[in-house]
Amino acid sequence: MSQLSVQHLLGIKHINKADIDLIFKTADHFKEVINRSIKKVPSLRDITIANLFFENSTRTKLSFELAEKRLSADVINFSASQSSVKKGETLIDTANNILSMKVDIIVMRHPNVGACDFLSKHVNARIVNAGDGTHEHPTQALLDSYSIREKLGSVAGKKVVIVGDILHSRVALSNFYALKLQGAEIKVCGPKTLIPKYIESLGVGVEYDIKKALDWCDVANVLRVQNERMEINYFPSTREYSQLFGINKKLLDSLDKKIVIMHPGPINRGVEISSDVADSEQSIILNQVENGVAIRMAVIYLLAQQIKQ
Amino acid sequence: MFGIAMSKKTLLNSKEIHIILHRLACQLIENHNNFENTVLIGIQPRGIYFAERLATILQNEYGISNIKLGHLDITFYRDDFRRREAPLEANKTQIDFIVEDKNVVFIDDVLFSGRSIRAALTAIQSFGRPSNIELLVLIDRRFSRHLPIQPDYLGRQVDVINEEKVIVHWKEKDTKDAVYIINN
Repeated sequence: MSQLSVQHLLGIKHINKADIDLIFKTADHFKEVINRSIKKVPSLRDITIANLFFENSTRTKLSFELAEKRLSADVINFSASQSSVKKGETLIDTANNILSMKVDIIVMRHPNVGACDFLSKHVNARIVNAGDGTHEHPTQALLDSYSIREKLGSVAGKKVVIVGDILHSRVALSNFYALKLQGAEIKVCGPKTLIPKYIESLGVGVEYDIKKALDWCDVANVLRVQNERMEINYFPSTREYSQLFGINKKLLDSLDKKIVIMHPGPINRGVEISSDVADSEQSIILNQVENGVAIRMAVIYLLAQQIKQ
Repeated sequence: MFGIAMSKKTLLNSKEIHIILHRLACQLIENHNNFENTVLIGIQPRGIYFAERLATILQNEYGISNIKLGHLDITFYRDDFRRREAPLEANKTQIDFIVEDKNVVFIDDVLFSGRSIRAALTAIQSFGRPSNIELLVLIDRRFSRHLPIQPDYLGRQVDVINEEKVIVHWKEKDTKDAVYIINN
């Protein structure tokens, strides 16, 4: 297998295990490239990529842009806050306008679920989902699994607990699909109000006691409390959340094994994770960021490969 | 030797390859003395077996220690990305030394269009600016070049028509050393 089974990366739901293996294998090569003194390859010199960000992002946007530039693609950036979207332009019109400038790939983040899926049916370009509302964030899940594989050798058979705001998290859903495809066991842990009903139907266990959850797992992926997506109060106070579900050094030291700590960022230090844990040896948070560039290079390279001359 | 649909002709047998390897090793020593300032780079995927074999001969039979040998993958530097039917698959690059100001010797099995070497010339720049670069190949297919690239050291020159393929077998990978010309 040296080609993806899909034309767009809309979500992990649409890809298979062989696709993940191919992306990881390709990312291994790009990881070597980005650690050279000259971190760039000329593969995509005749490809143009538009990054459409209809929602705020720092890390993902930088990571995609860097990945695209390291592949020598031409990159244009677009943020909703500075655009005609404010003047009432529709998504398809915006995209088609950009495409008439001869763009081959669109990387899009959008606050609405299914926006990338919708766009992929209406415009003639490869689409990469960089996060659509509370739905999926496939490249984040790929880099999470890739980081687990790098740290623990493989993902198969590993026990992963995802802690925090599962309800609003696109990272969690993409991670469920990605980890399941690779044969990991998954539990979620968080306040009952932030865990979707019927989540067990996805093959995910639920644990409300953080200590028990950490005792069970090999890896804890700690999510940010997404205050911006909460219209109502899901828990009484940040202080209470931190006391019941926050991960601190004392809690980690009380376990009889060394688990791996991950966080997709941005971190609310002192809320879901304490500083001494985020900066500890068990944390691979910064490795995740480094791997993010290699994974995004792999995804874009593999999608670009399918665009015929 | 000749099948009905496909013919396979042996160009070099293992004894001839053995002699050529030793000759090439001696030619390298002639130009590079003790290899103090020289690095050998096998071009992925097929050049690495050849490069490893040469390095072993230089070390074991001519007593040259400290041979620096690397593998260079050129997939991301090729000029036929998106222009091929089958997608390209990358291989590992492993260069654990600095090539800045070094004499670099590229080692590959077959020199055909010269495009792989063109890609390798670009790729090696990511690891520094070599003092000079030479090319060593086992088989030089004459009159088939698309680019002005010629080998500095060569095992055997052959004239083959475009439909014919030159395949190099190495015992580490393909059970025995041999070079075949295959006509489909």
